[in-house]
Amino acid sequence: MKSLKTPVIKALIAAALSLGAVGAGQAAAPAAPVAAPAAAPTAANPAPAVAEAAAPAPAATPVVDATADATYVPMKPTPGIGQPVDAGINFQPQVSPIGEQAYAFNHYILLPVIIAISLLVLGLLLWVMFRYRAKANPVPSKTTHNTFIEIIWTAIPVLILALIAVPSIQLLAAQYEPPKKDALTIKVTGYQWYWGYAYPDQGIPEYVSKILPEDQAKARGEPYHLAVDNRMVVPVGRQVKLIITGADVIHSFAVPAFWTKMDAVPGRANETTFTATKVGVYYGQCSELCGVDHGYMPIAVEVLPVEKWEAWVRSKGGNPAGPQPAAASAAAPAAPAAVPAAAPATPTAATAQTAPEAAPAAAPAAAPAAKK
Amino acid sequence: MTDIAATAPAHGAEHAHAHAHDHDHDTPGFFVRWFMSTNHKDIGTLYLIFAIVAGIVGGAISGMMRLELAEPGIQYLTGWAQWLDPAATEVQGKHMWNVLITAHGLIMVFFMVMPAMIGGFGNWFVPLMIGAPDMAFPRMNNVSFWLTFVAFIMLVGSSFVPGGSGHGAGTGWTVYAPLSTSGSVGPAVDMAIFSLHLAGAASILGAINFITTIFNMRAPGMTLHKMPLFVWSVLVTAFLLLLALPVLAAAITMLLTDRNFGTTFYDATGGGDPVLYQHLFWFFGHPEVYIMILPGFGIVSQIISTFSRKPVFGYLGMAYAMVAIGVVGFIVWAHHMFTVGMSVNLKMYFTAATMVIAVPTGIKIFSWIATMWGGSLSFKTPMMWSLGFIFMFTVGGVTGVVLANGGVDTNLHDTYYVVAHFHYVLSLGAVFSLFAGFYYWFPKMSGRMYNEALGQLHFWVFFIGVNVMFFPQHFLGQQGMPRRYPDYAEAYAYWHHISSLGYVIMAVGMIFFFVNILYALFAGKKAADNPWGEGATTLEWTLSSPPPFHQFNELPRIS
Repeated sequence: MKSLKTPVIKALIAAALSLGAVGAGQAAAPAAPVAAPAAAPTAANPAPAVAEAAAPAPAATPVVDATADATYVPMKPTPGIGQPVDAGINFQPQVSPIGEQAYAFNHYILLPVIIAISLLVLGLLLWVMFRYRAKANPVPSKTTHNTFIEIIWTAIPVLILALIAVPSIQLLAAQYEPPKKDALTIKVTGYQWYWGYAYPDQGIPEYVSKILPEDQAKARGEPYHLAVDNRMVVPVGRQVKLIITGADVIHSFAVPAFWTKMDAVPGRANETTFTATKVGVYYGQCSELCGVDHGYMPIAVEVLPVEKWEAWVRSKGGNPAGPQPAAASAAAPAAPAAVPAAAPATPTAATAQTAPEAAPAAAPAAAPAAKK
Repeated sequence: MTDIAATAPAHGAEHAHAHAHDHDHDTPGFFVRWFMSTNHKDIGTLYLIFAIVAGIVGGAISGMMRLELAEPGIQYLTGWAQWLDPAATEVQGKHMWNVLITAHGLIMVFFMVMPAMIGGFGNWFVPLMIGAPDMAFPRMNNVSFWLTFVAFIMLVGSSFVPGGSGHGAGTGWTVYAPLSTSGSVGPAVDMAIFSLHLAGAASILGAINFITTIFNMRAPGMTLHKMPLFVWSVLVTAFLLLLALPVLAAAITMLLTDRNFGTTFYDATGGGDPVLYQHLFWFFGHPEVYIMILPGFGIVSQIISTFSRKPVFGYLGMAYAMVAIGVVGFIVWAHHMFTVGMSVNLKMYFTAATMVIAVPTGIKIFSWIATMWGGSLSFKTPMMWSLGFIFMFTVGGVTGVVLANGGVDTNLHDTYYVVAHFHYVLSLGAVFSLFAGFYYWFPKMSGRMYNEALGQLHFWVFFIGVNVMFFPQHFLGQQGMPRRYPDYAEAYAYWHHISSLGYVIMAVGMIFFFVNILYALFAGKKAADNPWGEGATTLEWTLSSPPPFHQFNELPRIS
């Protein structure tokens, strides 16, 4: 419903979301590099200096400095968490609030209801097969109507469905709550057949995430088919906002342990959020048929403690604090305005239509920081 | 009505009630009879033979898939790809996988279930049950069959021409753009799309024929509210076909022009939208699943009533439940695309609307049970298939209620849970009803009795096999195993292995089926006019087995 030329979208989203810190790093977006050099020094570079001066906001900064030099080592996955288990039958353990809510809905409402209905039908079938077999009941009755019972078996299912609908609608509403102001934005792009991740606010340009060959995956103690070379890395407990698009055909970004799945559609920027509550490695796989190597473009999300995540950001050449603290310290009232403006307005899809509005709104907010 | 009746050979009137003895000088020669047929029973037979052949092909393909999936890793695909293209490497092998899933889906939907249900049983028994001499448009009926036949040839042929990464169309049966447009170079996808056009045109012609026949050619006294439920089910199905298939035709025509003539209906860079295709496809695709199951509802209703020796309970409720399912079936399509990035309001609507369908479906399930309640049940093979249908369809139905919840679907979308769900309603629902109908009407169609013991064996082995095959797929889906993967992480190996064993059990069951057909045709006992006794009350049982080449030269009167 809302689509424009793909390169245009990429350029606009990159410009709006990153506040020009760094372009999307894509060949398809010639506009981004133009914007990036101009804004990058202003928004990104002064941040550490200012942050140190304005201590209250990023208290973690000194800690980070201590560990920042430690090189990032990919975490080992925990068996049974964030990945399927041998002969497993249930959902993967959920590590996000939405996942817990959805799992509870399924496990304590839907599952008992569907088992009860199935057993009821099976029981009734077995009963009539036994009780009304020809030997036991040689003369059939001629009953063909019973208005009361017909009303009953129409009304009771309606009631059950209405009761299911309430938590179901609540779950949907919760999934679509607008992202919080401090949500970490990651741009996800599906390619044939790998994923690209960019952290516009941290100034991490897009990097590519590909499946690890079998020998390397085994060597790292990771499950083949799920392990990747470069993971998406996020901080624990902080909401993550994914802006998802496809570069060629439709892909689908999915992480079962977060109850997250969103299609990566060319020409669209779909938005979804998750908040990982436990440190660990969580795997997912492309979930929309996208060609020959559809089965070979897994997803791995590494959830780290905040300071380790910041170290990872630095190792990628980015700035963990992003442009926000800079704006916050320099022009405190302006900062809150900048963030929601930069964040796409609709909870469903951050479309190009919102981007042009967001970009000018964000620019003045960043400007005071530049002056300082 | 008299006009139509007059198309039967005039001399039929001379022996108004003589059914059996004039076959020889009444039936045309072999070629004219089977290749230029205008007889609804012959065309029905052609459709059934065609559906069985297509079912063997589609079933063999699923066997190849289960074989490949029995163990992690890619063992066979590259070798199979080399059948189509001797230069194939592993890339072509993986493409071969996508060709297999595409072909399996399209063959089973368009060339097995639909031809058997509507073309086969519909053609055979709608005219018989309403007391009509034939279909309203006999030649159109013939065109419809041969279009389906050519469509099947086109689809199979597409496997042998380039389709992008390898030979054949590897887009999935949904043919989503842009994988099916810019993502698949070569004529294979064009051939597959054209095949769908032909199959769709055939179905539209068939639908027009059924609607006209049912509305205009009922015997005197056969009011709509006296029609057997199978006829009701075909009537509703025909309307679904008539309204849904033109949308598919339009959608895939735009695919063709996007592919070949530079239009950008589904291409965002030209102002189009890939999601538009999905809306159009599923506007057809969801009614399509009811097209596949509604005639099954009708068949099962006839059989339950027959073997309970009791009229159907709540006849009007049953008939209008099907109408309700048909109507609501048109306004729930986007639950197939909960993850495309819809607005939350839209998801809430489609969640609620989808759950509504469970109500009329529940009415049908409970009415079948109430039909048996107080009856005098005998458990002949058709009855066993129908009982199996009721339970398995219930299981498939309740997982459908789970998937209807947009919030829960986020996790299960495009996983094996969905695969398990739709195989429970199709492979254990629609196919069970097909077997039920086949055993039920085989004596009428062929004039021979099948072997009851082989029929029971077929049912039980098949029943166990498909459950072993598909039930574990719920587990795989909940664990996160995505659909349409040729290979998987080792943790999924256990249930995949069990699932493949289920296929082997199912395949053994099918041996009993084929042996039974051969046995019945060559050595089966002659079937009586009505082998099922007093419970079988519909008009086809008043005729000889098999019925005369032309029946009801004098229309029956229904009191």
